[in-house]
Amino acid sequence: MTQNLRVKSSEFIDETNRISFKFDGKTYYGFKGDTLASALIANNVHLVGRSFKYHRPRGIMTSGSEEPNAIVQVNPNSNITEPNARATEIEIYEGLEASSQNCWPSVNFDIGGINNFLAPLFPAGFYYKTFMWPKSFWEKYEFFIRHSAGLGKSPNTRDPDIYDHRNIHCDVLVVGAGISGILAAKNAAKNNFKTLLLDEKNELGGSTIFEANEDNKINHNSASEWLKKEINELKNIKNLEIKTRTSVAAYHQYNYLLARENLTDHLDKKDKKNKIRQRLLKIRAKKVILATGALERPLIFNNNDRPGIMLSSAIKKYSNFYGVACGTKNIFFTNNDSAYESALSLHNKGIKVEAIIDIRENSDAKIIKKINDAGIKIYWAHTIVDTRGYKRLSGVSIMKLSNDGTSVTGSKISISCNCLGIAGGWTPAVHLYTQSGSKLTFDEERKIFIPKADTKEQISVGSCGGDFELDEIIENLNYKLKNFLNINKTDFEGITLENDHETSKRNIWLLPSDQTIGKTKPFVDYQNDATAKDIKLALREGFRSIEHVKRYTTTGMGTDQGKLGNMHALGIIADTAGVKMGELGTTTFRPPYTPLTFGTIVGRNVGEFFDTFRRTPMNDWHIKNKAEFENVGQWKRSWYYPKEDETMHQAVQRESKAARQSAGILDASTLGKIDIQGSDASEFLNRVYTNAWSKLAIGKCRYGLMLNEDGMVYDDGVTTRLGENHYIMTTTTGGAANVLGKLEDYLQTEWPELDVYLTSVTDHFATASLCGPNSKKILNKIIPDLDLSDDNFPHMSFKEVLIDKIKCRIMRISFTGELSYEINAPASYGEAIWQKCIEAGKEFNITPYGTETMHLLRAEKGFIIVGQDTDGTMTPSDLQMDWIVSKKKYDFIGKRSLYRSDTMKEDRKQLVGLLTEDPNIVLEEGAQIVSELDQKPVEMLGHVTSSYFSPNLNKSIALAVVKDGKNMMGRKLFIPMENKNISVTVANTVFYDEKNERLNA
Amino acid sequence: MFLIDCPYCGERDQQEFKAGGEAHIERPKQPTELSDDEWAEYLFMRKNIKGVQFERWNHAHGCRKWFNMARDTSNDEIKAIYKMGEKPPTQ
Repeated sequence: MTQNLRVKSSEFIDETNRISFKFDGKTYYGFKGDTLASALIANNVHLVGRSFKYHRPRGIMTSGSEEPNAIVQVNPNSNITEPNARATEIEIYEGLEASSQNCWPSVNFDIGGINNFLAPLFPAGFYYKTFMWPKSFWEKYEFFIRHSAGLGKSPNTRDPDIYDHRNIHCDVLVVGAGISGILAAKNAAKNNFKTLLLDEKNELGGSTIFEANEDNKINHNSASEWLKKEINELKNIKNLEIKTRTSVAAYHQYNYLLARENLTDHLDKKDKKNKIRQRLLKIRAKKVILATGALERPLIFNNNDRPGIMLSSAIKKYSNFYGVACGTKNIFFTNNDSAYESALSLHNKGIKVEAIIDIRENSDAKIIKKINDAGIKIYWAHTIVDTRGYKRLSGVSIMKLSNDGTSVTGSKISISCNCLGIAGGWTPAVHLYTQSGSKLTFDEERKIFIPKADTKEQISVGSCGGDFELDEIIENLNYKLKNFLNINKTDFEGITLENDHETSKRNIWLLPSDQTIGKTKPFVDYQNDATAKDIKLALREGFRSIEHVKRYTTTGMGTDQGKLGNMHALGIIADTAGVKMGELGTTTFRPPYTPLTFGTIVGRNVGEFFDTFRRTPMNDWHIKNKAEFENVGQWKRSWYYPKEDETMHQAVQRESKAARQSAGILDASTLGKIDIQGSDASEFLNRVYTNAWSKLAIGKCRYGLMLNEDGMVYDDGVTTRLGENHYIMTTTTGGAANVLGKLEDYLQTEWPELDVYLTSVTDHFATASLCGPNSKKILNKIIPDLDLSDDNFPHMSFKEVLIDKIKCRIMRISFTGELSYEINAPASYGEAIWQKCIEAGKEFNITPYGTETMHLLRAEKGFIIVGQDTDGTMTPSDLQMDWIVSKKKYDFIGKRSLYRSDTMKEDRKQLVGLLTEDPNIVLEEGAQIVSELDQKPVEMLGHVTSSYFSPNLNKSIALAVVKDGKNMMGRKLFIPMENKNISVTVANTVFYDEKNERLNA
Repeated sequence: MFLIDCPYCGERDQQEFKAGGEAHIERPKQPTELSDDEWAEYLFMRKNIKGVQFERWNHAHGCRKWFNMARDTSNDEIKAIYKMGEKPPTQ
């Protein structure tokens, strides 16, 4: 039966609010304020998971975000289950369900546990070494490896929760609300700085708030009582925003930080509904004060991972903050004075402490006397050489340390216990500091990395800055704050401080055992099961760089990112390789500090808000008329309009025929439109297009090709001269934004002397393209007054007209080779004009067609699509478009590059037409082209860029780029496909109406 | 994530900007007079130094103006921001 290990009432736990939750299917009770970890410990449950590689039983080790072992699956039976949550951070709520991970069939009986006994077979690099041969077996290995890899299971349906983003600008951001953070935030806000204080925990006060050390006093009061009063005062301070349950994930340059605010995870199920679960705070702070504290280090000794072995500071927190005893028979193992505080805390609450094992020779701290008075035995200069108990610690064996600390002597003493607190000193939490790009320095005496320097924009205060004792914390904080905030006085200046000082230090990264290291399991990274002997093996095998050792042994690569053991890994490497730790450096601390949910990262940008859609003014008509849509950039363009059971192929064939035989209509609103005005507009066009523009008459249109400075085709489109100094340029749909950007770039940086103004008007106009031999008759019905004769309105010209009092621009231009008119109406009248065309065209069976038919019709005419038939390596000449390149103009963008030796080569890849021997075979776009079938290796001559079955020619047609294609006219080539080789003949790029007779039909 | 002080708009987040490569490479006034090598020098050759580099930036999601930036590539410190046409700072 479960045992109740509550030892006292705690002000942080609401014992009137009993909460039931399930762990591994069994129901337990805890109180409001408990974490899953504290509630499980209160129920005497320590075995909560299995380790990753050896499947060793593991228990709760810490009380915070650094937890490596107690990683659980939340809501395991739900589709929206969440893996890898830390039991030490989950606040329990009514209805919470969680389960162990990485074990099967259960945490108590785990088949993978056999790995523990096979451990000698699983050294560092095991996977790299074992699964390399035979090579062909990899796929089989992979199947099994994948099955055993990973920790929890991922959810398999859409996350129903709501997430949010918020931008915050503040003068001072304080990260961490321990004693330093609270004093810093309070003084910043009091001095009129807009201040934000964040802490990952649910309560303010850090570790001071539950400290019960009678030797730490502020103003003759206990430090915790004094701090509680300070926290109480925060409520009345203006300019101060406080967020708890908020973990800073990343610290980027220029004081840009990302934090995750947890809003509902601690609430009961019914209270979570319709509320934002987590919010990503994007913070830009003028000044940042890091008060992130320090993480307690474990000690590395044989079998240091059994359930019941915990950090000494965690045991203290569980007893003082949560009112829970972690064990009934406790031992502490330490290299510093802090474990004595934990031991005394337990003793004062009536929890039995059997002994304290200290690797130091002695300590003159005041607290030692209290421990002696309490009758707790201290073993000086001893170390634990082994531990016992499989699913729960049952005892330890200790021996005397040699003077140099590398071996043990004397006889073995066995002590039974069910909880062991280990205290290996403190590591400043410098993760965020280094993420910001700042450098660390190694303090050889204290064996810690500390921030190298504070700056005008950032300081580290408290223990994350290397100050561990109350008086040095407060005095340094006072000094630093005054400088950083440029203030004369802080409100805590002059408070009286009393505290003890630690004088005796001894650090041994890897503690010796009476057994050889090969027979021991001293874990450095608990989650990834990396032991000290794995690290030593990596060094023996020649790894030197800390980054390489990390990857080879997987030390520090778990979800906890090695918050506990990384320093020991470095220390063991330094000791083994005989180098100084400061020279070794650290591995990189990458964001996020603690894992983020995907929901937090994407915020509201999910579903239809994932990306912006752009719809044309005629969109509703397309939907009503059952169009299928295609994404072109952000645009939704109608692709084709299937009738009843038509397939895409059938619809496109029908649309294509109708457009050539009678009339078709296309929504061309998405084409980029740039309004160009200014007295130098013609000169500007001369410089950006390959052809000449000065002589284009007002009211006429011209097709232009735009190159990059490297001579490659960049964009194309028709530009119309609306007035003496006024043009409207059209660009490709996808290129619109980039073309505008490029033109602005040249105007601002290379040709600032030109008087030219550019305005994007893409969204201002809707464009209906009316095409086919009957298009003139239809237009005549719509605008009877307009003379549509070839004399008055010839091909490549423009008229401004009124249609139902709506001012429209009509261009007689053609992308299909048919007689056609592009009607540009103000966007808000787009659908009305479109409707009018449809009505007027009814008697001619006007057929709406989409982008697919447009592509087919233009391919029949051999018109290129930039981006489909070109790929940034095609010159105008490669496209057989030499006719559009002016020989007379002195310069235009890309001109000089057309005379480079490479661009002038005769046998470049060039655009040609391809006809298949069997006219029914339609080539695949992207298919490779060869001239020989037997040759190995065979030379790839090029590839198919556009391919369709032409209903108007009743055969398949294709465009392709082929090496030396211009000289290959009539040559037979091959397209090798998976099951067959297709014979093709190189042909002209224009398949239909070569003489352009239909333009005036 | 830089905080960039656009000379026309003031401090804005890096997301609003587009980087445009090395600054102070003037397009030759008479390209046809250049040899292939000289043209290639203009067209392709760009510096990639560790230290202060002069770059073109565009406030693409803002005023759309181009300007220059002197940035230390070793620590991303923005040393100076100045308008197009202005001389780079000497220090």
